[in-house]
Amino acid sequence: MATWVDYAIIGGKAVFIWGFALTLLPVLIWFERKGAAFIQDRAGPNRAAILGIRLAGFIHNIADVVKLLMKEMMIPPHVNRTYFMIAPVLGFTFILSAFAVIPWADTLHVAGREISMQVADLNAGILFILAITSLNVYGIVLAGWSSNNKFALMGGLRSTAQMISYEIPLGLALVGVFMVFGSAQLNEIVRGQGELLFGFLPKWGLFVQPLGALLFIVAAFAETNRNPFDLPEGESEIVAGYHVEYSGMRFALFYMGEYVAIVLASAMIVTLFFGGWQVPYLPTEKLVASADTLLKIMLGVGGAGALAFAGLMLFWAKRMKDGGGFGDLRDKEGIVLGLAHIAIGGAMLFFFWKTLSLEALPDWGARTVALVAQISAFAAKTIFWCWVFIWVRWSLPRFRYDQLMRLGWKQMIPLSFVNIFVTGLMILVMNR
Amino acid sequence: MQVALFYILATLSVAGGLLMVGQKNPLAGAFSLILSLCSLAGLVAMLHAEFVFILQVLVYAGAIMVLIIFTIMLLNLKKEELQEAPVGWMRLLLTATLCALGAFGAIQVFGEVDPGQVELATGFGNIESVGRSMLSDFVYPFEVISLILLVAVVGVVLLAKKVI
Repeated sequence: MATWVDYAIIGGKAVFIWGFALTLLPVLIWFERKGAAFIQDRAGPNRAAILGIRLAGFIHNIADVVKLLMKEMMIPPHVNRTYFMIAPVLGFTFILSAFAVIPWADTLHVAGREISMQVADLNAGILFILAITSLNVYGIVLAGWSSNNKFALMGGLRSTAQMISYEIPLGLALVGVFMVFGSAQLNEIVRGQGELLFGFLPKWGLFVQPLGALLFIVAAFAETNRNPFDLPEGESEIVAGYHVEYSGMRFALFYMGEYVAIVLASAMIVTLFFGGWQVPYLPTEKLVASADTLLKIMLGVGGAGALAFAGLMLFWAKRMKDGGGFGDLRDKEGIVLGLAHIAIGGAMLFFFWKTLSLEALPDWGARTVALVAQISAFAAKTIFWCWVFIWVRWSLPRFRYDQLMRLGWKQMIPLSFVNIFVTGLMILVMNR
Repeated sequence: MQVALFYILATLSVAGGLLMVGQKNPLAGAFSLILSLCSLAGLVAMLHAEFVFILQVLVYAGAIMVLIIFTIMLLNLKKEELQEAPVGWMRLLLTATLCALGAFGAIQVFGEVDPGQVELATGFGNIESVGRSMLSDFVYPFEVISLILLVAVVGVVLLAKKVI
């Protein structure tokens, strides 16, 4: 019988994964701006500040949010009002609910309970994500149609055609993964990736399914409407595509939906092909067994890193001061950040010193340390893939529409069939 | 909780079906059908048939309905083209009689099944059992259906491309 504790655990897990996805949003937008600037050799956003604190352009997000909230939400007279208002909500909610099946750590055994670190452990987990993302098309289609504007409609049509086309190689690339790991349950797939291949390589999906991984990643880029597949938007051809009539927070919902889709795609890529929450070479039992060493390393390296960063900040502040500076509060930013990091690093080193005299961690402590390590591994891999999405966007040119369709139907779908066939053959030969 | 959820989903699916038939705007009709299909999927999920639920959403609500909406949007019918045909009272009477007969038959057939007595097999509706029954007990119908679909695809290509 489910008690209130079970409901509280499920609620907490849902809050955690949504918090994770939504916290990555401003980080991704910051990545996008600063990353684009880095790749194009510019400075990027460096003006918005709160009392001189700019955090390398991170504060710009707050300025953005304030701007979007204050803007008038225009409803043009020629649109279909009901659908026009529903569309952005659909585009955002569906994609958020797909996070329900993403696992972010191994099952936690604590206080006599088994808590699986996944909101819903569905038997056909990954297919649930596919189902939800296929519903996600409706937000875009509805926006394009209800805007009653030919550019918006064309953007919606393009997006629909693209998503349907690339859903097929996306699904077919998964079949190889199912065959290798013998399950469609995401947690099982991640557990299968904890073993070693030939004794030295982690058995990640990337190494056992190289072609499948490539196909899946390309299809995932197309599904998220990112460059080089961002045909639904095209400034030179169809203005802004499906969201051309939207403004204010309704536009922001589409914008946020796009970034949440990137987080979801990264989480899927990591879960299927890069070991999910697995720390390479350290399966859960080993993590729990060596938890006290791990804790010392985490605290020691973290503290030293924070202190080094503080030194860098103070050095930068001094250079700014010597060079004349801006002449306002921004000159003090380096000092504030430096002092904050000295405090953080000092606290971490203090706890590091405390752990040195500690004999052994209690069981729940060891398991919590392992949990934190696994969550960090998952988050680090996901953030890396988010960065790859931005990296690709600013490095590659776009496809033309016919090239997009040719790649999808005539190259990726046959290749994914070849992948399934070869995988089956390999499994047959290996088991012989 | 379960009963309340069942009645909510059942009402939504029936309402979606009625709206689909009753609405003049084809796109609004299509979205009502999606509502109906999604609530049906919810009913299936209440039986713990996860895989069937996912297939219902993925295939019907996700893929087929997207194609239908795609077609509606491509045709982009004007209001004037959507005038309804006049309905005579004879036709109305005929429809009503057929509906009543159908409802009577359904009650006769399904009224005897006691929902409380049905025991679900272990793994009912999950990916293993669906795959197993599809590729063992029902492999012949499965292959025949895929052949029919292949014929349909070839036919469409033939119709679309006059010169091959």
